[in-house]
Amino acid sequence: MITHSNVWRFFTKPLMKTRLAPRRGLNGLAGKDIGDRQSRIIFTVLGFTALTALLLIVLFLFLEGTALFIHPAEDGSRVGLGDFILGSFWYPGYTPPEFGILPLMAASLSVTVLSACLSIPLGMGTALYLSSVAGPRVREWGKPVIELLAAMPSVVLGLVGMMVIAPFMQEWWDVPSGLNMLNASVMLALMAIPTIASIADDALESVPRDLLEASYALGATPLQTLMRTRLPCALSGVGAGIILGLTRAMGETMVVLMCAGGAAQLSFSPLDAVRPMTSTIAAEMGETAVGSSHYSALFAIGITLFLMTFAFNLLASFIAGRYSQKGYQAA
Amino acid sequence: MKANNLKKRKYYTVAVFALFRLAALLTAAALAGIVLFLIIKGAGSISWDFLSQSPADSMTKGGIFPAIIGTFYLTAGAMLVALPLGLATAVYLSEYARPGRINSIIRLSVANLAGVPSVIFGLFGLAFFVTKLGLGISILSGSLTLALIIMPTIISASEEALKQIPLSYREASYALGASHWQTVFNVVLPAALPGIITGSVLSLARAAGETAPIMYTAAVFYTLHLPSSLFDPVMALPYHIYKLATVGTHEALVPIRYGSCLVLIGLVLGMSLAAIIIRTKIRRNKQW
Repeated sequence: MITHSNVWRFFTKPLMKTRLAPRRGLNGLAGKDIGDRQSRIIFTVLGFTALTALLLIVLFLFLEGTALFIHPAEDGSRVGLGDFILGSFWYPGYTPPEFGILPLMAASLSVTVLSACLSIPLGMGTALYLSSVAGPRVREWGKPVIELLAAMPSVVLGLVGMMVIAPFMQEWWDVPSGLNMLNASVMLALMAIPTIASIADDALESVPRDLLEASYALGATPLQTLMRTRLPCALSGVGAGIILGLTRAMGETMVVLMCAGGAAQLSFSPLDAVRPMTSTIAAEMGETAVGSSHYSALFAIGITLFLMTFAFNLLASFIAGRYSQKGYQAA
Repeated sequence: MKANNLKKRKYYTVAVFALFRLAALLTAAALAGIVLFLIIKGAGSISWDFLSQSPADSMTKGGIFPAIIGTFYLTAGAMLVALPLGLATAVYLSEYARPGRINSIIRLSVANLAGVPSVIFGLFGLAFFVTKLGLGISILSGSLTLALIIMPTIISASEEALKQIPLSYREASYALGASHWQTVFNVVLPAALPGIITGSVLSLARAAGETAPIMYTAAVFYTLHLPSSLFDPVMALPYHIYKLATVGTHEALVPIRYGSCLVLIGLVLGMSLAAIIIRTKIRRNKQW
């Protein structure tokens, strides 16, 4: 019979004969010790892969990005940290070039906030529906479907935004271009909803049953139980899910590259074209020479983006830890 | 309590629950609408020639075979690198590491690696693999970059699967005189294998749809020949779609765009769906 453990044995049999595997027979005990020690060393070393990768990413981002502030640009002008963060003009092609990322940061934040207005209500509504309103059949189907939608490639959503939403907006609102902040925000919200719904649903689902039953026993309606017992208990997980969903939206590249319009201007109108940080990196990396000041500037944007998402991730894990139920152990 | 009040509470509950239902419906409708739209628009251009031919006449004719094969190479390469490393990290975390500072630092780095935007992986791949290591714009650079992206997901999925193996399995193995390593290799890993594989396939499906990380590490819009070595650049489906969408407004490009999109979501959603179905079956037939 073909079972997965048979398949496993088939592929790993040769491996077991190597020195990593314990020798059997008379000196079996000694062999066991060697195999144990070797495997512990190997797995301990490999266990640091993720940490190494993260450190390497940080190292190379900073190596390439800080060159912008250390070395003078091609025409001899220098870029200060203040000019970079607070400068409101992004003209990398001018002489002297202007590397002010304020409009790019503002675009990233405003697109994220605007998409949150759509993704938080819809994502939370979906999570609350799946965990507390839907019957077991819908639940059984709903969860995998959400997971499936989380895998939707962003370039496909970008194409839909470009080919469907943009002409639609142009026609209905009579704007010069349908590629704008609102279009990108709508498509970003579609990316964030599955993340928010899935994590929030997990959190709501893990609230211990006896807490809900206690609430019902006190005469609370299903709605009161949901809003006053279940949601507060799951608040840490729900909060973490929302932050992770928004972080995903902020770090998303293809949707904003294709739908946001790409004008590096400081604007807060939803119908204006903007150029978030991610799309600036993706759009301009192809036209820069390795080591030029423009190249360093794009890495410096990368550092800014990395620090922003890093802060959001830390916030999410802080919230998940801070507001989690203490002193109540689910059976 | 007044009957009036009870009725009010009931209506209130029904109304708010209807609101939640509406939110779920809207979400489902929006995403199902996109998939349906792509199927309707793209189904017409799908044919055997479309899947097996190279593009011709500056992308206005022919198929997308090189892009499909490129995406296959990139994701297979990413899996070959990420699965052993991710699995080893998960085994270390769940079977070898003692709770403590080092353990929590590794966990924190896995969580943060999962949250890093994909375009930053692309930047890193360009600076490190392409330029520093001199691998150039190639399958190898792209696969390594994608491997970094899927590693955190593989680690969490594998650790989850390893954690679900009951302690009694391990104790039974020790009772038979097996060493720690023998227990991990012969008892724990085989039992966790289905969970590990399905989790990895889910992460792989997402990697197949990523565009930003391969834009400057592996993908090109057009290659004359299929790649012959790991150091060749490739065409890739997501990048192909992006380029087709932005390269021009030629009428003949429209069906090819939608056709490519349909192939990509078929690939990504199909792989995810298969993994999810298998996982559901495993969970149902679990022996413990």
